[in-house]
Formats: sequence, C-alpha cells, structure tokens
Amino acid sequence: MQYALMIYAEPGRVETLSDAERLAARAEFSALADGSRITGDVELQSAETATCVRVAGGRTLMTDGPFADTKEVLGGFVLIEAANLDGATLAARIAADRVGGVVEVRPVVHADLD
Amino acid sequence: MLASLVGFLGDFDKAEEAAQEAFAIAAERWPASGAPVNPGAWLVTTARNRAIDRIRRERTLAQKIHLLPVPEAVMDVMDEFDDTVIKDERLELIFTCCHPALPLEGQVALTLRAMGGLETAEIARAFLVSEETMKRRLSRAKAKIKQAGIPFAVPAAHLLPDRLDAVLAVLYLIYNEGYNGRVDLAAEAIRLGRVLAALMPDEPEAHGLLALMMIHHARRRARFCGEDLVLLEDQDRSLWDPAQIAAGQAVLDRAVALGGRGAYVFQAAIASLQTAEPIDWPQVAEMYRRLAELTGSAVVELNHAAALAQAGDPAAALHAVDRLDLDRYLYFHSTRGELLRRLGRSAEARAAYRQALGLATSTPERRFLTRRLEQFSASPDPTTPP
Repeated sequence: MQYALMIYAEPGRVETLSDAERLAARAEFSALADGSRITGDVELQSAETATCVRVAGGRTLMTDGPFADTKEVLGGFVLIEAANLDGATLAARIAADRVGGVVEVRPVVHADLD
Repeated sequence: MLASLVGFLGDFDKAEEAAQEAFAIAAERWPASGAPVNPGAWLVTTARNRAIDRIRRERTLAQKIHLLPVPEAVMDVMDEFDDTVIKDERLELIFTCCHPALPLEGQVALTLRAMGGLETAEIARAFLVSEETMKRRLSRAKAKIKQAGIPFAVPAAHLLPDRLDAVLAVLYLIYNEGYNGRVDLAAEAIRLGRVLAALMPDEPEAHGLLALMMIHHARRRARFCGEDLVLLEDQDRSLWDPAQIAAGQAVLDRAVALGGRGAYVFQAAIASLQTAEPIDWPQVAEMYRRLAELTGSAVVELNHAAALAQAGDPAAALHAVDRLDLDRYLYFHSTRGELLRRLGRSAEARAAYRQALGLATSTPERRFLTRRLEQFSASPDPTTPP
C-alpha cells in the first residue's frame, strides 16, 4: 500500500525558522525515509501564492488564495512542470473540468537547503 | 518607462529601483551636459543598464530574472525603443496587472500604479484607504506575481477572450469608482481605455468599453444636483459635453464595424441611444433584449421591460417583468408598480410600491416611493411618464 501524507502547516510558522532549524527539521524528516519508505516529497510555497481554478459554463474562473470550502474534499494531487502560472492553470482547468470541482495551484518550494 | 522596464526585468520592484536610479543620474548629468535628443529612450536604456549591472553583481538573483542570458550592448541600441517595442511591453503589463489569479483590489491598484503612474498615496486616497493598506495591497500583488510565476505576456489566443474580459472589468471598475463622484479615476480609466483600444485595435469590446465610458463621462456634470443623483430623464442636457458624446459614438461605430456584439458594445449603444432627443425607445428595448440574451441577467431583463414600457407597450412590459425572479430587488417592485399604474390597476400598483418601500434602504429612495404612494390618493393619470 502507498500513502500520501498531506501536511497542513500552521501558516507562517516555517518562515519563523532559521536555516539551521529548517535543515534539522528536514534531516529529522529524512530519517523517516530509512528503508525507502518515502518515495518523494514536496514543500509548497505559502498560501498567499495559491490560485484556485474552476470551470463554469465552459469558462475558466480563477480566484486568488487557497481553497477554503468544506463541501469538496481532497481527491488527489499531481506535480507538474510548467513554464509559468498560465501553463499550470491550463492543466488545472482540465483537471477541474473532469472532477467538476476546484483545483488549487500552488508553486513548490525548491529544495535549495539540500 | 516603467512598463518597458517591468517587461524587461520581469519584476516590479527592480524596475522601480532602476527607474529611480536613472532619474537620479539624469538629474546629475543633464543640467551640465544638456538633455539627450530622446530623453525617454535615454532613461529606459540607462535604467536597463543599471539593472543589468545590479543583476551581474547579485548573481544568485539572475535565476529569477526571465531575460537570460543578459544581452550585451543594449547600451547603444536606441533604435530598439521604437513605439512598437514599448507598446507590446505595455500590453503585457496590462495583462499581468489584471491577471485573474491576483485579488481584484490588487489588480486595480497595480493597474493604476503601473499603467497610470499614479502615486501609491493618490491611489489610496481615491479608494479611501490608508497609504499603508494600499502599500500592502501592492506589495502582496507584486509578491504573488513573482512567487506564483504569473507571466509577463499577452495570453495565448485561446485564453485571450477570458483574460481580456478580466482587463476590461478592471478598467470599468476603476471608471465606476470615479463615476460615483471621484472624477480623477473616471478620467484615468478613460485614458487607460484609450491605451488598451490603441494596443488592441481589432478587439471590438476594447472599443465598446471605451465608448461606454466616454459617453457616460460626457454626462457627468448633469448627474449630480448637489448631493442628489439626477436620473437620466431629469438631467439638464445643456450640461452634457456634445463633443465627447460624438467622440464616444465614433469609437462605438468602430466597435460595431469590427463586428462587436459583446456586452460593452451593447451597453455603449444603449448609452448612445439615450443621448438622442427624443430617445428611440423601441431601439433601446431591442439593445437591452440582446444584452439580456448575452448576460442572462435578470436586472438587464428588468431594464428591457422598462424600455418596452417607454416605447409605449406597458402590457408587454408587465408580462416580461412578471416572469422575473427578483423578489428581493427594490426596482423590481417599483417598476411593477409603475407599469400597473400606467395600466390603470391602481390597487395592485399601490401594493407593489408598498413592497418596494419595504426594501428601500436610503432616504432619497424612501422619499421617492412615499411621494409615488401619495399620488394615488390624488388624481391618478395613467398617461403620465415616470
């Protein structure tokens, strides 16, 4: 069995850590990976960078900010490579159209601490 | 200048910094050596070169700048800055500022700051917020552009209609802020509308919006009597600006010639028809009908019905109104009341006006509706226009 761990962090908390603390947290987290239990991980940029995409009447509707409704539930996620936000929202539109819901697009933090 | 630099550097803050440096250098040199032949191009080139120097110094930043590798010898290429280059960059900047992934208030603030060159303090004053708040809005929007990777680009053809709608909505929002009394913003929105129409000469809706704003703006001096709003039919037409109405109508003609059948084109056509004396109400009703078809808006349907009544068919108008689901909307009930009154159905008319009065929130609205109700006890005349 594979599991995805969705990590909800307290907003702003990561930013208060020093580089050393972040490295330590990362090392601690990596220790979990012994025995290759972790096959991949990403850290997302802050919620302020989020954009939600939905499709209504064939039109793409975009809104600023993270998804914050309670009716829909997280059904999965993909990581994509895109030149910019327009490229990413294009992919999000296809996904949103298929599930008839909302796709939150958030840039990934590049692991420059490694 | 800022547009050109932001397009080049892909970053608002760096562009502003570079522009400031270029101005400082100009202030130092020009008094002694005289201004260059083309001061604008000189400033842009100098600012670009300064920015490139800075990028070279801060090499880690280079990855974040979208223009790589750094071009050599921009220094001497003044010819590069002909109108078309700067035009394209301004258009890219408009689409970036009005990107729907930004909060609407951020889109508005960025557009005014970057395209209009208004100072942050001026924008803050226009929107009745503190300068601090406006600064936060701007820096948050700029940060999102950078972090989320919002591109400096005119969107691809298949995205253009939606994205152009977003740009037009921002300009119209700026205009409407001004329409409520702060005239500076209305004039600014018209200026931006002109820029957009010039940058996208084949887009009928860009011309449609410009025409709509110009025709409304031409009537601005007649719209207020002291603090009170004056309705179209009561406006003193001698206060209108006939030259601006004609200019707006010429822009509308261009939009229609381009095949424009969009929401802004229809609204501009309605505004244009309403400047005629007498007003061609059947034609106004037809425009509202097509606008309603396009927008599916019940409020537009209500306007369509009101125009039908003005065109002399209150029975058809009442039929149209009764199909609408606008029970919580004051003007739905007051329009019904007026139509019933004209059809001589006084008791029903009174009931409708009472319902409208129950929904009225402002004193002028209450005064108007109370007066209407009192008129029923006097002698009702079914032929009196509203």
